[in-house]
Amino acid sequence: MNKEFVPRITSFLCKWCSYTGADLAGTSRLQYSASIIPIQVMCSSRVDPVFLLKAYLSGSDGVLLGGCHPGDCHYETGNYHTRRRFAIVREVFESLGLESDRLRLSWISASEGPKFARIANEFTEEIRLLGENPTRKSIFL
Amino acid sequence: MNVTAKLRETIRELFSADKVDVFLAWEEGSLPMSSTPLFITDGAQADRAIFDPRCGNNLSVYFTKDSRQFRGKRVGIAVKGCDARSLVLNIQENQVLRDMVVIVGVPCNGVIDGKKIRRRTGGKQVTEVMENGDSVTLKGPEFSITLDRSEVLSSSCLRCVHPDATEYDVFLGEARAEVGNENRRKALDEVEALSSAQRWERTRKEYEKCIRCYACRNVCPSCYCSECFVDQNDPQWIGGTCDVTDTVIFHLIRNLHVAGRCVECGACARACPMDIDLLLLNLKTAEEIKKRFGDTAGIRIDGRPVMAEFREDEKQEFIMG
Ligand code: SF4
Ligand code: SF4
Ligand code: FES
Repeated sequence: MNKEFVPRITSFLCKWCSYTGADLAGTSRLQYSASIIPIQVMCSSRVDPVFLLKAYLSGSDGVLLGGCHPGDCHYETGNYHTRRRFAIVREVFESLGLESDRLRLSWISASEGPKFARIANEFTEEIRLLGENPTRKSIFL
Repeated sequence: MNVTAKLRETIRELFSADKVDVFLAWEEGSLPMSSTPLFITDGAQADRAIFDPRCGNNLSVYFTKDSRQFRGKRVGIAVKGCDARSLVLNIQENQVLRDMVVIVGVPCNGVIDGKKIRRRTGGKQVTEVMENGDSVTLKGPEFSITLDRSEVLSSSCLRCVHPDATEYDVFLGEARAEVGNENRRKALDEVEALSSAQRWERTRKEYEKCIRCYACRNVCPSCYCSECFVDQNDPQWIGGTCDVTDTVIFHLIRNLHVAGRCVECGACARACPMDIDLLLLNLKTAEEIKKRFGDTAGIRIDGRPVMAEFREDEKQEFIMG
């Protein structure tokens, strides 16, 4: 099997900033990685850690979480909670021996279409280097 | 006066001064080396209460698992260091009203883990236990062995840093503040020294044993969602098998749910029939939380629990910029 590896990156993007940023990237006709599979959520803090895990263990090679910049959350403090929680999710991933680099958090505002495109490309590249989600082969699925 | 006598006296006093309607403590179990939770509703029953290394149950669990029974009642409760932290957390999370509880701290030197004893005796029945300083002698019909205390103590106690209550109304003795514990450091260093692949090997080996009986969850005073994520079937977050695929999800998510809330009482590990070291992962998470956010579960009674708090200038080195 020497088909080129195309990562799948499940992305949870908050409606008010990151998803709108992704929209802007689209309407500005910016090219970005087709690996990104966006899912709109109302706020980055809506993303229960179980979502990230489910996405990962269902075979996503990477999971991206996008929210408004600190101070800009539509619900004022949602992304601060996200940040604290995310730090611990990564930590637990590491303690168990799972690859925490496959989980990324980024702040992308509604006006940052180019940033969205850049993050999408960079993360795809990082995942390409990491290779396929190992849990897909070893025990899961 | 030993702790049991002091405890009985305190209970009697609380009832005669009409300060409590019910008091939670421990009593002699039906087998040697066992104790069982005791609900006292009348000062005259005070002499049934005991406290010694058999009293492992974290009684705070009754506030969250079956709170209705205490509605409107003033509850007295005997707590070890870890139990007190549970109670503090419950108060912080608005599950218990501070005014409605009378907290009686007991000085704790660790509780025994029945599983460790059964392993040493090969499951033979023990009829007599004698404590002698740092050693414990177990006697049965056809044997007698002497073990070091550390061989029979619960692994949580071997790694304990808060043996005495930090929040109490009455303390039966002199309450110690945080104590140092090298076992705890050692256990953490051991995990930290492992490579990612070795950690995964360990994870797999431990959680492969899990039979999903949920004893660990049920006994945990911090686990009190009325519907646990493992029981939800729409959406179903986790498959129903005992394959590592599923057990790892269970333990990972459970760990996250008790992150910043686990008081390290070790009730989960003592309850686990498969002898999984459930506490290690929690210790690791607690350590990281302390490092990052400078807070420990069940110590501070005011404000919100650490994972419901935030600071604007928090470290965010993992953000993709
Ligand atoms: S964890 Fe600490 S306070 Fe709790 S029973 Fe063990 S020694 Fe006592
Ligand atoms: S008590 Fe042990 S076997 Fe039972 S669900 Fe918990 S970890 Fe699994
Ligand atoms: S709405 Fe964007 S992070 Fe809360």
